[in-house]
Amino acid sequence: MKAPAVDYVAPRSLDEALQCLAGADNARVLAGGQSLMAMLNMRFAFPDCLVDINRIPELAYLRDEGDSVRIGAMTRQRDVEFSDMVRDRLPILREAILNVGHRQTRNRGTVGGSLCQLDPSAEIPTIAMALDAQVHVASASGTRSLAMADFPAGYMTPALEADEMLVGVSMRPWDPGHGWSFLEFSRRHGDFAIASAAVLLSFGADVRVDRCSITLGGVSTAPVRMAQAEQALLGTKAEAADIERTAALCGAVEASSDAYVPGWYRQRLARVLAGRAITRALERATR
Amino acid sequence: MTSTMATTQNSRPVHLSVNGKPCQGMAEPRLHLADFLRGELKLTGTHVGCEHGVCGACTVLVDGVSARSCLMLAVQGEGCAITTIEGLAASEHDTHPLQQAFHELHALQCGFCTPGILMSLSELLAANPDPDEDAVRDVLSGHLCRCTGYQNIVAAALRAAQILRERGGHAR
Amino acid sequence: MHAERQLTAIPGMGASPGRIEDDTLLRGKACFLDDVPVPDALHACFVRSPHAHARLHGVDAGQARAMPGVVAVYTRQDLFGHVTSWRMPLGFPLAALPENTTPFALAGDEVAFVGEAYAVVVARTRHEAEDAAAAVLAEFEVLPAIADCRRAVHDDAPRVRTELTSNVLQDYTLAYGDCDAAFARADIVLDDDFRVHRGCGHPMEGRGVVAMPDPATGMLTVWSSTQMAHELHYTIAHMLDQPEDRLRVITPDVGGGFGAKFMIYPEEIVVPAVARALDRPVKWVEDRRENFLTTIQERDQFWRISVAADRDGRVLGVRGGFVHDHGAYTPQGTNVPYNAASSMTGPYVVPAFSLRVQVAYTNKVPVATIRGAGYPQAAFVMERMMDRLASTAGIDRLECRRRNLIPPEKIPYTKPLKSRAGVPLVIDSGDFPALQATAARAIDYDGFAQRREASARAGLLRGIALANSVKPTGRGPYETARVRVHPSGRIVVHTGALAMGQGIKTTLAQLCAAHLGVEPQAVEVSAGDTGLSGYGMGGFASRQAMMAGSAVSEAAAQVKDKALATAAAVLGVSADELMLSQGEVHTPDFDKRVSLARLAMLLKGVPGYALPVPGDPGLDATVHFHCDAQAYAGSSHACEVEVDPLTGAVHVRRYVAVQDSGNLINPQIAHGQVHGGVVHGIGNALFEWMGYDDNAQPLTTTFAEYLLPTAPEVPDIEVIFQPSPTRLNPLGVKGIGECATLAVAAAVIGAVEHALDGHGVRITEFPLTPVRLAELLDPPALDTTAPSANL
Repeated sequence: MKAPAVDYVAPRSLDEALQCLAGADNARVLAGGQSLMAMLNMRFAFPDCLVDINRIPELAYLRDEGDSVRIGAMTRQRDVEFSDMVRDRLPILREAILNVGHRQTRNRGTVGGSLCQLDPSAEIPTIAMALDAQVHVASASGTRSLAMADFPAGYMTPALEADEMLVGVSMRPWDPGHGWSFLEFSRRHGDFAIASAAVLLSFGADVRVDRCSITLGGVSTAPVRMAQAEQALLGTKAEAADIERTAALCGAVEASSDAYVPGWYRQRLARVLAGRAITRALERATR
Repeated sequence: MTSTMATTQNSRPVHLSVNGKPCQGMAEPRLHLADFLRGELKLTGTHVGCEHGVCGACTVLVDGVSARSCLMLAVQGEGCAITTIEGLAASEHDTHPLQQAFHELHALQCGFCTPGILMSLSELLAANPDPDEDAVRDVLSGHLCRCTGYQNIVAAALRAAQILRERGGHAR
Repeated sequence: MHAERQLTAIPGMGASPGRIEDDTLLRGKACFLDDVPVPDALHACFVRSPHAHARLHGVDAGQARAMPGVVAVYTRQDLFGHVTSWRMPLGFPLAALPENTTPFALAGDEVAFVGEAYAVVVARTRHEAEDAAAAVLAEFEVLPAIADCRRAVHDDAPRVRTELTSNVLQDYTLAYGDCDAAFARADIVLDDDFRVHRGCGHPMEGRGVVAMPDPATGMLTVWSSTQMAHELHYTIAHMLDQPEDRLRVITPDVGGGFGAKFMIYPEEIVVPAVARALDRPVKWVEDRRENFLTTIQERDQFWRISVAADRDGRVLGVRGGFVHDHGAYTPQGTNVPYNAASSMTGPYVVPAFSLRVQVAYTNKVPVATIRGAGYPQAAFVMERMMDRLASTAGIDRLECRRRNLIPPEKIPYTKPLKSRAGVPLVIDSGDFPALQATAARAIDYDGFAQRREASARAGLLRGIALANSVKPTGRGPYETARVRVHPSGRIVVHTGALAMGQGIKTTLAQLCAAHLGVEPQAVEVSAGDTGLSGYGMGGFASRQAMMAGSAVSEAAAQVKDKALATAAAVLGVSADELMLSQGEVHTPDFDKRVSLARLAMLLKGVPGYALPVPGDPGLDATVHFHCDAQAYAGSSHACEVEVDPLTGAVHVRRYVAVQDSGNLINPQIAHGQVHGGVVHGIGNALFEWMGYDDNAQPLTTTFAEYLLPTAPEVPDIEVIFQPSPTRLNPLGVKGIGECATLAVAAAVIGAVEHALDGHGVRITEFPLTPVRLAELLDPPALDTTAPSANL
């Protein structure tokens, strides 16, 4: 399983990288390589050129910008894992990242790479969806930002033009005292999740849920925000019946089937994981 | 790999440091780091088990952190410091506590997965001198072993940690 | 009853010196197949069928031949003159098989499984060879493919290969006793259907071959990552018409075998053939995808079994049958289904038995022995029926087993069935009730209820089960060892046994060293080199400790005797005043001494002078240890699991393995074998599924899809050895390599079913996935019925 012949460039600046993309017909951006290299080795991908962005330091950063945390595309997953700032401001991201692959893959895998790969069960896209992230994109002709909700154009296909590159993502932390939980179900430790649930919630002065985010990963072609389920929990005291009702709504998500896992099982996991994640989030929340 | 990789038009020189020594070789862009280490540099201790990043047999340290060398291009190694199994012990007359513990506790059988596991564990012990069993199994989750059932490997990792603590130093 | 051999009476037994294999492996200095330094080797890449069944109308390699780095492309036609036959010979020939069962060296006009090779590219690098392989054009006419062996056996099913008149390779019944009578008078009759699936071997090192012709000597040297070097030597000599003494097969360090390398493969013939044709060294290293597609594996068996018993849970008879998925060809006979059928009764007394076996072709890679070799499937069925019998009769599961186990006073016990060679199956040794009692005690079977409550408080269901098995070990007819002391003082052992990670070199070295009074590190063991050992059988069937160990021990004893006799003559004392230690033969006070090296030098002879002692030259002995009977190694395993009823997740919390492997040569190595064998079994029970779709296209072709257990999924295995030594070899040793795998699926699945006690769930399949368990526990209320685990 040897990769097919390919050209290779290693630009030293973002501008240089964008110029490469603008000039190339069939180029792929090489970030952490944990997905792309496997595909190349297995001859599942045939780019003419690899644009290696590992040598662009300006793309790797973790910045606390006050009302949001901005993460550069080349930020290694391990740096997110070990960041005190992330642990404090985006604890759900840290919880999720511990489920991403293994130590060895997190050492090289990147936030941007995972976002662009858009595996339906990947943790980082799921958390980005849960946090209403803004994705930042650049090309030789300019930059733009789009909501994470608009980023998946289809199954494992980001809404990027051929000459565009993801350069960063911004996530808005929730207020201190919020509750959060990320749970996933996989066959083995570190495997891709069959299903996952990301829950954030907070309580108002009236001890009722005043804000809620529920996202399911792995059930569909992309992570799914469960708006109906969120509505069910909003305004309640999040008692057992409320949790059950919310979880049941998650269990009604339209779920895909494949050779290994039927849709009904994903639905069942969605209900169970959502219930457990809400319970865990409540334990962490201050009312 | 035994013969020098055939040079094609696309081959370029790659300069890197391996086990503390400057090395260089030729590589087409598509050549992965594991094949480069094995074929160009004749360091065959790093093994190739799957080439899709799951088995961990190819694990080396790149600038001190573990990485699957089948998922890195050789050309990406330019200027990097690579540590392979051949560089784990201080010299051919020395033994790293991990190697000592693996031998004492029978933590290897066929030995094919072993170099990768040793590199990952060396990273663990450098970062965490007193890991518990869960921490060891977490690191091992990125490795496949068909022979041992893992338990002697876990025991050996904990034993090596103990040896290192007693010596008062950390792993290289 | 047997007299238990005193461990101290056999030199080298029962000790765990560190492994002599370890140093090079730990330093990355070992020499696996792809490490063999053959300069200027060309690289082969096989062109493989993307279709499970198709006619091949033409292969056009013109474009491929013109590509950079390509030296040659061979189709079957191009092999004409380089091989003596298009077809591989049948391994372990059985008179009962028809002619057209074996694979082809390269497929010619038809391909019968995805991955079957029909051409080979030889190029400067593997990369260039793969590039060119993609440019080989082939005209396929797709034919219907059979994926399900149950479909294959129907008369109207399309043939797996057009040369076949039937997809049923074998259809036979093993029987003894009067089943009709047994079932007629039974108080209890139970019927059940089983679906058992074992997967692939997946050694971490795949297969590989290097062939190097030497024009100076006419010698063709072939390295292969194999479990059977001498059989390979024979096959290459036969297929290439290469003189046997101009052919040397060398086994490098092997990164695991597990049965997957206990096979002669087409690549092992084609690569030497093209190397010889090109007069260049050629290397082929299997990649993991090829391993999934083309390395032998085990797959599905569908069983339907009835058990008749009296009201006390005593089995009166077992009958039924199974259909076995054999794959597209038969490279090596049909011992997997035969083993399953003939071993089903396990360590139990079953007075009447009738089992119909249908071995069916399918359009998939051939099935052959993977660690356990058909025995785990049978043990699973028998143990699951035992649990059901216990429940139906209202008896404790362990008690029910105890009532049926062959009691120690009946040992040796002749089973009414015969081996595939027609030899009676005699359980020579073993105390099965004692093994079971130990397992029950070790897992604290009686204290389970408390642990169940603790799990329940955490919302988890906890279950416990026990399973018994027994395996014949030590396949004959022989194994060879030569022990030689060189005049340099080097002590070498050459053996036809084969190393693949199981520490056989240490095991043999320590036996030899103990006889000769040296440390194990002072003994070099060379295994699997046909240039050094003329005859040998190899590593499989859990045979080597018993067969090679006995051979080495006897050869070393002979060398020791000769050393003593020679030293006595040289030193002018009587042999019984002498001892061996530290590489010398000496009197206890070291007053008279002579080194083994000097003795070897004296024994090589000087022209015109008599040898110091009458007899052959050399401090050198070769023994072919013969044993046709097999030593039976019993085991009793106990397992506890926790089940999450909402997700179907299963975690193995405790596992106890009580093994009878007779006397142990190296206890540390023996423990390691049990660890690995049990974890392989856990893989079979809960994770490993080699999936194909309805068109026999492989679905699971990476390690992301085919799940091997990793460290967080398995507990420490608690191992207890409880030997009943055998008289069949001087060491009292039995095999171990596979024995710990047999009972595992039964124990794990039995524990899961027990955890679900009261939920009305009966589990008669493995692997058991969370999806399938969730479906069994709480069937989805949909009209799209969920697929079973094995889709």
